[in-house]
Amino acid sequence: MIGSLVSTGASTVTEFISQNIFGLDDPNWFMYLLCGVIAAVLVLHVIAVGALFFIWAERKIAGRIQDRLGPTRVGGKFGWLQTLADGVKLIAKEDFIPRDADAPLFKIAPYIAFAASFAAFLALPFADGAVAHHVNTAVFFVLAVLGLEVFGVILAGYASGSKWSLFGAMREAAQVVSYEVPLGMCVVIPVFVAGTMNLTTIGEMQAGWFNNWLVFHDPFTFIAAIVYFTCATASVNRAPFDLAEAESELVAGFHTEYSGLRWSFFFMAEYGSMFLVSALASILFFGGWHPPIPIDIWILEAFADPDLVAAGPLKDAVPSLVTFLVMLIGIATLVAKSVIGVVVMMWVRWTFPRLRIDQVMATCLKYCVPIAAVCFVGSMTWETLDLPSMNTINRYEIHEDWSEDLAVSTVGEDGVDPEWPEDENDDESSEVMDGEEAPIEEDSVAVQNGLSLQEGE
Amino acid sequence: MSTKVDDPRVIEFDVRTDEMLINMGPQHPSTHGVLRLILRTDGEIVSEVEPHLGYLHRCAEKIGENLTPRQWVPYTDRMDYLAGMNMNLGWALVVEKLLEHDLPEKARHLRVIISEMGRIASHLVGMGAYGLDLGTFSPFLYAFREREKILDLFEKACGARLTYSYLTPGGATGDLPPGWVDECRDFLAQFKPCIPEFHELLTNNQIFIGRTAGIGVMSAATAINYGCTGPVLRGSGVPYDLRFNGEERYTEMYEGYQFDVIVQDPETGKYPDPHLEEFGDDLDYPEIPKEAILGDCWHRFYVRMLEVVQAIRLVEQALDKYESASGDWGQPIKLTQKLPKGEAYLETEAPRGQMGFYLVSTGDSIPWRVRARSSCFCNLSVTSELCRGTLLADVPAIVGSLDVVMGEIDR
Repeated sequence: MIGSLVSTGASTVTEFISQNIFGLDDPNWFMYLLCGVIAAVLVLHVIAVGALFFIWAERKIAGRIQDRLGPTRVGGKFGWLQTLADGVKLIAKEDFIPRDADAPLFKIAPYIAFAASFAAFLALPFADGAVAHHVNTAVFFVLAVLGLEVFGVILAGYASGSKWSLFGAMREAAQVVSYEVPLGMCVVIPVFVAGTMNLTTIGEMQAGWFNNWLVFHDPFTFIAAIVYFTCATASVNRAPFDLAEAESELVAGFHTEYSGLRWSFFFMAEYGSMFLVSALASILFFGGWHPPIPIDIWILEAFADPDLVAAGPLKDAVPSLVTFLVMLIGIATLVAKSVIGVVVMMWVRWTFPRLRIDQVMATCLKYCVPIAAVCFVGSMTWETLDLPSMNTINRYEIHEDWSEDLAVSTVGEDGVDPEWPEDENDDESSEVMDGEEAPIEEDSVAVQNGLSLQEGE
Repeated sequence: MSTKVDDPRVIEFDVRTDEMLINMGPQHPSTHGVLRLILRTDGEIVSEVEPHLGYLHRCAEKIGENLTPRQWVPYTDRMDYLAGMNMNLGWALVVEKLLEHDLPEKARHLRVIISEMGRIASHLVGMGAYGLDLGTFSPFLYAFREREKILDLFEKACGARLTYSYLTPGGATGDLPPGWVDECRDFLAQFKPCIPEFHELLTNNQIFIGRTAGIGVMSAATAINYGCTGPVLRGSGVPYDLRFNGEERYTEMYEGYQFDVIVQDPETGKYPDPHLEEFGDDLDYPEIPKEAILGDCWHRFYVRMLEVVQAIRLVEQALDKYESASGDWGQPIKLTQKLPKGEAYLETEAPRGQMGFYLVSTGDSIPWRVRARSSCFCNLSVTSELCRGTLLADVPAIVGSLDVVMGEIDR
């Protein structure tokens, strides 16, 4: 039953805009570009507004943790416009570049950090269909692009011409590179269990009650989720791993010499990354955009057309407005889960002292890496032997479906390269992007709502 | 100690490597004001640390040679500005010693209340700022929240919150206002449960233990050789507290009080019983972690935390004694009181160690020579010894555990 809920999610925000706002099922290159720009602006605002919100939240949470009020004046009762006021102050500041600094590198460094953090959002699905760009290997893409952020930090430290900045940059380099290893290992576990690197598919595979979340797949994924969160905290430089900007040791670390807007870009990048790794944790381990109680499925079932239910995924059997509503619920759920992750990071930051550099390395190499490796092996064994699991979705069946799909598509569509099995369902979007003529297919319900393009059996 | 880069350069993997000289301070966030440390580092490893002083020098001693003793009291406030009351007390006692002036009983108990409250406030800052040095911000604000309440009490007593000038030669500038004693009791009652919270947040925290235990180990011999005093000395296991071991004029202030010198018992390896029954049953003090070595940063911090408890015990006893004592609060001496010819020197147990004042008079009302012996100056001098070969992050941890106040060092 639940297996049929899984759609392999093919549509993107760009297509959603072109289909539902402009009413174009097959936009020309200009309209597609326009829709893409709108989508990009939307995603940019997620990170910008997100950073705005998180900086305010951090101050407010820190205040509450420390028996203070936090901001109270700007923007009414809760000081929720405080970040904007801070931003205005930062913009008004002098754009100062130290004499010893390497000016071009110094200028470009914050943008590299910010761009890396922002670009990773491209492949991050907020719900089935709410993704800026559909990437088959989204997990890989997100991790790779997020790893680029460290370049900005190293450049900033090197170009500042300050010894403290250099210290911060070197610490960041050592720390982030080390933590990528256990982080990658932990990320690979859900990827293997789900059998795909596509974040949308991984998310869709956790539909239903919360026991379908991958964190409850077996004890090893549970531990892996905790290790992932630890490593993610370290790789986005949050306390207690914020050695690169350790203010009691390195003044302000890599951004010692930065001020004004450039400095704020580092902050935007930091908060963007925090949100990103939390969202990634939600998708990989904590059910993605599915609420712990399957409200979304109940809604779908309530509105489903009984004639169409048997024909394919549940999403194809409901009016597009309902699908849209479910997508909104999904986005809200994912954002809520991610915010919880970010709040936990803030909570940790305002509670614990900072680790020393050797302790940070020991945590990574002596604890995180072996634990992640054991979890990886254990989880794979569990999955291979098909040991009892709290998850009720039988992912094996889905995998088999894919191999059938693969066989069908290889036979059925000459000239179309069937890269990955789930990509077969993605042919419309990928071909639209490639500018090729999409082969005319039989009328499927998927085309009607434009959200879930999976074909029937 | 030389800070010139004169080492032969080292070739490592075909790259010429070199040691780096770094200025830590005087504007560095964790140097407790305006301390400047010159670090010689090889990567993260610090091979040499040289403290530089003098950024807060205000010629206090010279000013003291141009003012009468009572006029100089405000300048003592500004030495250890986190424990102004204890500075006032040291100066008041030395002037009284020269004048051979004896206090009424009530004034004696008032001084115990005020100076021990000052000790609590000072150790709270020491604790909170140490948390800051290790990268955690919240304990700092928790500590300041409690300190604010002590400052409120001080404000009610003397009108000032930082530079009190309350305890003056002859006694104090005024009696405690009506109701103050009860307010102080209320404060202590609500403050006691906070101490286990601080322990939970810092002393017992695994990260905190990892950062402090076994770091900056100072043997008793080193501590004595460098002239360290106060919690820094007692953290190394030397049972020396001027409230017990000091001059009679000072120790008689604490006559009839029950309290312990906080120092680890070399045989049992334990600290004196903190008398927790007075604090309620559900409170317990953290065990000494296995990693901790006597004389390390953790022990220095722990000694300070336990001294707060002893100070609370002292204040509670003093409040009872103050209420039933006879006499007045001690009228201050005249502003232009003539000093007898001669000299006097007295050391008191300030929160950060032994604060000594020296006074030479030629029979005038203005002293001929005034000298202050700073505890932090000696405590800081051991920095270069402790920091040798540690990691960069340990330098703030070690300097913070010495709990120096630059105002007192530079005077």
